Amino acid sequence: MSIIEKQKKEVTIRFAGDSGDGIQLTGSQFTSTTALSGNDLSTFPDYPAEIRAPAGTVAGVSGFQIHFGSKAIHTPGDMCDVLVVMNAAALKANLKFLKSGGIIIANTDGFGKKDLSLAKYAPEDTPIQDAKNSGYIVIEIDVTKMTRESLKDTGLTLKEIDRSKNMFVLGVLYWLFSRPKDSTIQFLNRKFAKKPGIAEANIKALNDGFTYAIATELFSERYSVDAAPIEPGTYRNITGNDAIVLGIAAVAKRSEFPVFLGSYPITPASEILQGLSGLKNYGVTTFQAEDEIAAVASAIGASFGGSLGITTSSGPGVALKSEAIGLATMLELPLVIVNVQRAGPSTGLPTKTEQSDLMQAFYGRAGEAPVAILSASSPADCFDVTYEACRIAVEHMIPVMLLTDGYIANGAEPWKLPKIPELKPVDPRFEKARDNGQDGEPFLPYKRDENLVRPWAVPGTKGLAHRIGGLEKDHETGNISYDPDNHQKMTEMREMKRDMIANFIPDQQMDEGNETGKLLVVGWGSTYGTIKSAVSEAREDGMDVSFLHLRYLNPFPKNLGSLLSGFGKILVPEINRGQLSRILRERFLLPVEGFNRVQGVPLMVAELKEKIIQMCKS
Amino acid sequence: MSTQKTANQTQTNGNLQAKDFASDQEVRWCPGCGDYTILKQVQNLMPKLGLEPENIVFVAGIGCSSRFPYYMNTFGMHGIHGRAPAIATGLKVARPDLSVWVVTGDGDALSIGGNHIIHLLRRNLDINVLLFNNEIYGLTKGQYSPTSPQGQVTKTSPAGSVDSPFNPLALALGANSSFAARAMDRDPKHLQSMLERTAEHKGTSFLEIYQNCIVFNDGAFSPYTDKSLRDSTSLYLEDGQPLVFGSGDAFGVRLDGCRPEIVDLRSGKWSKDDLWVHDEKDRNKAWLLTSLFDDNTREGKLPRPFGVFLAEERPTYEQLVRDQISAAMERHGEGDLEQLLTGEETWTVK
Repeated sequence: MSIIEKQKKEVTIRFAGDSGDGIQLTGSQFTSTTALSGNDLSTFPDYPAEIRAPAGTVAGVSGFQIHFGSKAIHTPGDMCDVLVVMNAAALKANLKFLKSGGIIIANTDGFGKKDLSLAKYAPEDTPIQDAKNSGYIVIEIDVTKMTRESLKDTGLTLKEIDRSKNMFVLGVLYWLFSRPKDSTIQFLNRKFAKKPGIAEANIKALNDGFTYAIATELFSERYSVDAAPIEPGTYRNITGNDAIVLGIAAVAKRSEFPVFLGSYPITPASEILQGLSGLKNYGVTTFQAEDEIAAVASAIGASFGGSLGITTSSGPGVALKSEAIGLATMLELPLVIVNVQRAGPSTGLPTKTEQSDLMQAFYGRAGEAPVAILSASSPADCFDVTYEACRIAVEHMIPVMLLTDGYIANGAEPWKLPKIPELKPVDPRFEKARDNGQDGEPFLPYKRDENLVRPWAVPGTKGLAHRIGGLEKDHETGNISYDPDNHQKMTEMREMKRDMIANFIPDQQMDEGNETGKLLVVGWGSTYGTIKSAVSEAREDGMDVSFLHLRYLNPFPKNLGSLLSGFGKILVPEINRGQLSRILRERFLLPVEGFNRVQGVPLMVAELKEKIIQMCKS
Repeated sequence: MSTQKTANQTQTNGNLQAKDFASDQEVRWCPGCGDYTILKQVQNLMPKLGLEPENIVFVAGIGCSSRFPYYMNTFGMHGIHGRAPAIATGLKVARPDLSVWVVTGDGDALSIGGNHIIHLLRRNLDINVLLFNNEIYGLTKGQYSPTSPQGQVTKTSPAGSVDSPFNPLALALGANSSFAARAMDRDPKHLQSMLERTAEHKGTSFLEIYQNCIVFNDGAFSPYTDKSLRDSTSLYLEDGQPLVFGSGDAFGVRLDGCRPEIVDLRSGKWSKDDLWVHDEKDRNKAWLLTSLFDDNTREGKLPRPFGVFLAEERPTYEQLVRDQISAAMERHGEGDLEQLLTGEETWTVK
């Protein structure tokens, strides 16, 4: 039988197995190799919600999806072309993600009686046969048996040998998608540098999996995916949370002030605190506080002392911080609040994604408490937006809310490394020491510059001793003031100061399409990839649709209103019940239609495209 | 860059006086409030710190006591209810060079801010905590507080409070405080010496000050503070000295095993040599001292101790944080941003 070689423009593979099967490692190795092959790609891990769910059960299934291609890739893919399942539970949990007629690569050893029972199949069920009957192409491999056979002479224990099963499978996939093995071989040698026996065994399993695929003619087709046209540069793979860590470290290294992170662990934001706590030699001090309130309060204390105070959390944690964010608004000190959003109110779905904290960011505080709001659109974008949030917080002496979500926090994509000299140092307005003798002018802590920004007067600086607090302050001296006109003035000043940030941010650009037309799709945050894909596909189908994606949510870019008014219809897709839609309607008095889903998962490209086409045609 | 460029540190010229630490703001506590004395004593203390006003920061939460920073000509922050210890923690970790003071009350520290005070104490930052305890909510006009005695009738406990009160010093020791002391507004001289000890101690100093709220809880502490009663109800602790009280040191406290008991030194049965000798370094004895918390209006009850219960040296949190940073610097050198951003694996597209 001869094997047909096929070119593919894009492929989505989903790896699934028990938490102990090394699925995430397999996925990340396939990702690295694919990146080195020059494809564009996007990945998303699907962890089980339980830390140690019983082995073999549906609750214990770990997944990893990679979407790669010879064209620009913006999402990890709605549905997969290839589903790799290490056991029955993995098939049960993931078959719904496989395209009809797609390929299943099944480890038959994971489909024994016990596996079926753990996966809650009936004893008489034959899920593999059923899948075949439903039109899927099923490739059956007894991975356990083959790996044990392959490694029988290594002198390793059976337990150690079984841990290499994932490499055998990876070998099969490398052959199927014509990928080179060298990067994974190098990785294994690095990872097991101190255990050369284990490294060798894993490499042998990888090679034997590759050879097995050739020798047994498992597949009738083999695929190749050409390199994508990618902007030249040096790239690495990065998750959103890691990009925030690097963004914060970059601000600390490039600027003349230290950074302080006060945080309390919370899913899905904890990786930021974890990451920065390992960077003690980068000018960032981390503090794991006793609770969310102490986390933000400590950041405010540090900001008062001349560090940039940052706090990281998720929606429920930000709710606890809201009073302190109000305080920072009154104090007019720099503060960055990172909200890695998760699904639902209260505990909700902590490991799932949603965009439903936008209203909280806009309005979730007592009194008139304006803050700046930014959002990140992809894992790599988190770096730039973090840097920008820190810049605005310091240069405008204001709390800045940075919204990401669980999807981009854990998802990964290639990131083009920035050129460090191009990372502009953040410019703090530190007030200089002064002689407070008789002829010295009194220091006025709330006297503003032309952008309504007050000075950063740091303890230890001679002549600047002053008191600030949450009580309303006189507009210059900062002393307590109950004067009605002063309160009106200060309320307006705080708002105007926030609004004037619009003078320091770029104009909104169109991401796709013309500046006028029939339909404009407006997005923010993690829906970028989905919207971008849906709009591009709809445009390829001849639809008159444009797309703009907002990074700056408050204030909006100055030209946003005029861009919006250039279209007959506006569609705002969001993973919430229509929060940006409402804000845009209120702000610009334009009819805005929402496309809203709250299922804890990213929006589907196909579904959104259908909506776009329907709106373009009506 | 990781170093502080702002602090223009100055050494004291030695000429500063208490009045130099008073701000230009009108002090607005009720006439006769115990806070006035405490403010005066703190201002009297300030020149002794040997620091310029700009190197001192007062942080407060919410409540009558928490207005304190406005009246000090130092740096100050009037924060939000209960959170002063957390704000001060961030400040002190970021700026170990500053002298940081937290002024708080029984509601602020022990009720809404209870979680922060215990964590501040266990971490042992070099922060001075002045807890003005008046056993009532004053700023909200007279509701019971977490230190109000059981049965106290207030606006929200018309039939008497059913809450069992906190014993603040026992709470502090339970949170592994390294310094715990008690003073009263009505004995300014002793208060001054306690403030000095509070300032001297390296680590979190917890000073509870009995403070009379003249409007909503007048006389709450009069059994201890009234000059006519003080002798028989208050016991002034001195390191290395036996526990004596009463007019002419008529009484003493001895330990019967772990049980403190009052002995009459005039009886001829007991002498000072039989008494419990105070040792500020002895955590076990400090525990026992906090148990001297009886209602002293009743006959034969143990006296209420004033003074330093415990003063124990142990590393401060901010020092441990700095040590880890220095160790990381030594081991890896100053962080290389290029290397950090590059990570472990990259690829180049041409």
